[in-house]
Amino acid sequence: MNESPVLKVDNLTVRYHDGCPYCLEGGKLEKNRCPVCGAVYAVNDISFEVYEGEILGVVGESGSGKSTMMKSIYFDQEITAGNAYLGTYHDGEKDIFTQNNQQKRYIRNNIMGMVYQNPMLGLRMDYSSAGNIAEKMLAAGNRNAAKMASRATELLEAVDIMTSRMKEAPRNFSGGMQQRVQISKALANNPSILLLDEVTTGLDLSVQAKVLDLIKRIRAKYRISILLVSHDLSVIRMLADRTVVMFDGKIIESGLTDQILDDPQHEYTQTLVYSLL
Amino acid sequence: MTKNYNFAFLDEGSKREIRRASLKAVAIPGYQVPFGSRELPIGRGWGTGGIQLTLSLIGPEDILKVIDQGSDDSVNAVNIKKFIQFCSNVETTIDATKASIIQSRHRIPETPLRNDQIVVLQVPLPEPLRIIEPSEEITKKMHGEMDYSGVWLELYESLIKYDRITVSSDYPCNVEDRYVMNPSPIPKFDNHKLHEAECLYLFGAGREKKIYAIPPYTKVVSLSFDDIPFEVESFENKKCRLCGSTGVYMDEIYDKETGEVYYQCSDTGYCSMTRRKTEHE
Repeated sequence: MNESPVLKVDNLTVRYHDGCPYCLEGGKLEKNRCPVCGAVYAVNDISFEVYEGEILGVVGESGSGKSTMMKSIYFDQEITAGNAYLGTYHDGEKDIFTQNNQQKRYIRNNIMGMVYQNPMLGLRMDYSSAGNIAEKMLAAGNRNAAKMASRATELLEAVDIMTSRMKEAPRNFSGGMQQRVQISKALANNPSILLLDEVTTGLDLSVQAKVLDLIKRIRAKYRISILLVSHDLSVIRMLADRTVVMFDGKIIESGLTDQILDDPQHEYTQTLVYSLL
Repeated sequence: MTKNYNFAFLDEGSKREIRRASLKAVAIPGYQVPFGSRELPIGRGWGTGGIQLTLSLIGPEDILKVIDQGSDDSVNAVNIKKFIQFCSNVETTIDATKASIIQSRHRIPETPLRNDQIVVLQVPLPEPLRIIEPSEEITKKMHGEMDYSGVWLELYESLIKYDRITVSSDYPCNVEDRYVMNPSPIPKFDNHKLHEAECLYLFGAGREKKIYAIPPYTKVVSLSFDDIPFEVESFENKKCRLCGSTGVYMDEIYDKETGEVYYQCSDTGYCSMTRRKTEHE
């Protein structure tokens, strides 16, 4: 395959604490913690790629570094080392981590869409749903009120929210609806990659199914690449084309989702898959 | 009696600090410069930002005009004028053409001002981003990165809710395509007077401890959407019942007994000057 990736992450590391000669030289860690100085390697030297129209699943237990990795890519978290490139940002030639804050803001608003597990982080709860979507477009420099209104209508329809409730604030909505508003907000500027962080966690099963179905439809409709973080293997099985498994801040296994689920190689993955009964 | 006080009340060190902040504000139009707001014989938030600016600027040769919502005779305006006069002995006037310093709250005089005049505006809330972000640390960063989507969102929300922009005063403007600022609670009718003006505008927020400025010939654009032009209050077919002026900002006065509605100039100094002129003719 010769196509260039939409997102390419190289050797990303997020370390809390300065580190010491022992762990900086690659000494053996106790899980993700240096036994000498106590530095925690939340994300430890991971690399992966996301291609166009693909859903890449990231699975792993709590504390394995999934969310930290996601936050770093969206600039919510300072990184220690590593590079990342976006196919639609300077043709994937500029490391997005070394850009200035203004450029990072541009990337966040124009190239990436983020959906947090907690809708409070992604939405302004007291502003209207249409206003929430407009905020993203305003941030990207859109100044046409009619266009923003029609885009909000289109997106809210796409996520099955009645347009009669467009003017209502997400605070009045149920958890599943809030999550759908958040997804539509993330899609406002046609981002080239959507970051989904545990989007269905905390929703009941039927609502979960609806949101998952929606993600599938959105992928089909907008041909958007998705980086999907979840601790839930059934979500990964349903959505992800390829999957990486994270454990103690490292990627321990990666490949086609079916392959990983049917024939897990790493001991941890085996436990994970067999616990899913 | 004034001898017990330093000229213009404040000590020279304080005046110097305020002048330095003002100079920085002039150098970076629309940028809010922090300053150490001094104690005054009136409470913070009652025009103390404006008073400190005026006190730091005023010299024995100056002629002062103080207005409050357009009126020279309202309690606040009279008291501020008396206080400044008491500690500086400067001449005061109601004629906007004669004044060298005009301190104002909520209005900019109708008479076009010259480049030897300074308008000092009292500001309650200098930060246009405060409504969406309570933290000063974050709003400073937002200004730094020109992240003004929150200010736009406020305007857009009012479009969604009321199908029009309902902000009538303190309407946010963009200064030299850089900083978004609150022009103090002047009616949006007055916003255009900031653009490419001949005079210097200084804004002082005593409680919030900020000074900012619009120097002469600065580009000041009221925020508006591409498809919804910026509109100001219209007083079409209305004229002042006292001086007969049209095209000025007017107060609406309602007579409870007769049910009649009158209009008259909100700028009382302008109104009496116009009347004086017509009486002469």
